[in-house]
Amino acid sequence: MNRENYWASQTFWKKCAIWVTAVMFVILIFLTFDSVSKITAGTERVPEYSVINKKVFYKYSEARDILVPEICCEAPLFGKKLSNDEAADLIDLGKLTIQAKNCMNCHTLLGNGAYYAPDLTKAWLDQGWINESIRENLMVDFLLDPEANARSFGTNRKMPNLGLTEDEAKAVVAYLKWMSAIDTNGFPAWFKPIYQEEE
Amino acid sequence: MAFANLNLGQKVSVKYFIGAMVLFIAQMVFGLLAGIQFIQPEFLYQILDFNVTRMVHINAMIIWLLFGFLGSVYWLVEDEAGTSLVGYKLANIGFWVLSIAVTIVVLVYLFVQVGSGTQASLWLINEGREYIEAPRWADIGIVLVMLAFFYNIAATFMKGKWSGISGVLVLDLLALAGIYLAGMFYSPNISMDQFWWWWVVHLWVEATWEVLVACIMAWGLMKTINARREIVTTWLYVEVALMFGSGILGLGHHYFWIGTPEYWLTIGGFFSALEPVPLVAMLVHAVYDTGTKNLKVSNHPAFAWFIAHVFGNFLGAGVWGFFQTLPQINLYTHGTQWSASHGHLAFFGAYVTINVAMFYMAIQKIRGDQIFGSALVNKYRWKTSLALLNIGAMGMTIALLVAGYQQAFIERAVEGSTWSGFFEAQSNLTFIASMNWRLLFGVLMTIGTFVLAWDLLTIGKTNDSKNAT
Repeated sequence: MNRENYWASQTFWKKCAIWVTAVMFVILIFLTFDSVSKITAGTERVPEYSVINKKVFYKYSEARDILVPEICCEAPLFGKKLSNDEAADLIDLGKLTIQAKNCMNCHTLLGNGAYYAPDLTKAWLDQGWINESIRENLMVDFLLDPEANARSFGTNRKMPNLGLTEDEAKAVVAYLKWMSAIDTNGFPAWFKPIYQEEE
Repeated sequence: MAFANLNLGQKVSVKYFIGAMVLFIAQMVFGLLAGIQFIQPEFLYQILDFNVTRMVHINAMIIWLLFGFLGSVYWLVEDEAGTSLVGYKLANIGFWVLSIAVTIVVLVYLFVQVGSGTQASLWLINEGREYIEAPRWADIGIVLVMLAFFYNIAATFMKGKWSGISGVLVLDLLALAGIYLAGMFYSPNISMDQFWWWWVVHLWVEATWEVLVACIMAWGLMKTINARREIVTTWLYVEVALMFGSGILGLGHHYFWIGTPEYWLTIGGFFSALEPVPLVAMLVHAVYDTGTKNLKVSNHPAFAWFIAHVFGNFLGAGVWGFFQTLPQINLYTHGTQWSASHGHLAFFGAYVTINVAMFYMAIQKIRGDQIFGSALVNKYRWKTSLALLNIGAMGMTIALLVAGYQQAFIERAVEGSTWSGFFEAQSNLTFIASMNWRLLFGVLMTIGTFVLAWDLLTIGKTNDSKNAT
């Protein structure tokens, strides 16, 4: 290294290290403020929790060339329309259960987690639940006794019984319904949803 | 072991290194259990399910690497500061608090496993968030120990002298401790949860940890091959500029699919594509330093592991990360065995290697500063463990990559990412064969880990201290 060259000197690179780090960090802070405001529940990309009272389905967006969640008419979960507060409480219980039962060390959620069991991002819309009318009850039955109601699609991999109560199981189903309504920029790739009845 | 010739910091670091090695073995054992469960799902079903074995596997890794880093910093602090450690007692208390906390956390993971859907479960059992599963009480303990550690290191440099390396190191440790706080809150909103979760996971692993190991590497090169301080310090600044220049906004490659706005596709794709640049720079640096020196290496195993670090970091974190960092590709690979493939080689290449190098630096001094050169007795041991661990890690990575290809192709591209598509990919014969190969290479790595432990316990014990290089 030629020490006469300023660009190769320790002083030059020290300044570079400080300035580059500072500038990048400041940009990150600005982007963080913007992103946090756009992923707060109740915004365009991340719907409010009471979306569980509505029908969530998946539609091709020509403008973005991806599949995007659409929310329409009334479709209360377990036949009961919830107030905003009740919906928020149910979602809270669902999230606490998902964390406490350590779902993420077998499944992925929004693609993050472990790869032993299917991704849960669009689990609510999965074809495996046969049709919309029996879906939520099938999901609760599965969560309460995953061994007897195993959904292993011909493999011998099955979920253990994690001792969920019925309330927790319903809350997890509510959570999965809410999560399926998040705009994930088309992830997972070209997802084929459950048969969606025409409105 | 004779510790008489160690300074105070180094006496603390030996404890950390022993703790790290024990947890390294635990990581391997639980990795094997999880690997077997992929092939034989009935194995330990309802006793020690995959979510538990995998959690212990990845948590043991994070904690042993942290133990190794703390040990490494304690190892070099007095040498670099030119004075003795200010808080020897504090450092020992920190070690025991951390070790006891880790033991309790692991016992709870194994015997309680999961809780009910309440805040109490998150505070006492586990938080259910990958990599930072430790319950909240342990989080607080970790932060306190890290603060005590930070004080100890910064105060020692303040009492002694500062250098370019120590300046970068102390600022990096501050960032490392501060960023952990971003992961210590609960949100029912999973997009918000994962947004901050990545602040911890990415900004640790792909930014602050990388700079930390660059500091250790800079110091290590001065010690093993007598590299000039001026050169390693300049390179360290180059690396910091490139690492933070690409890595901070490279965070965006985790924000493609979690509900965050579309601009992250561009920002994350662009900056994370630059992330291999500092790793290439390190490779050039190491080759330059070794090539231009009349190379006299006083510690062959440590130097071999430093070289393994440079190549492993470049390949695992750099090349394997780059494979899938562009959103067009990541849409198909995110959340498949591609990620596992990258994760295994990146953690091994970037962090396991340099910790093992530091273990050898330490044991050299413990054994009376003898030269670990070609005259070393039983040198086949360190060479065997080096070979087994590296071949094992590389083989496992390739096997997981093949599995990932199958998964991205079958589950994502053909089957439209459904659950049945997932299981179709898992049942594919090539996928299954890959998982078998992964297990085989995992066994090689585990054997390599035991040989490493054996070597560290015995190396230099029967040597003539005057042996030549």
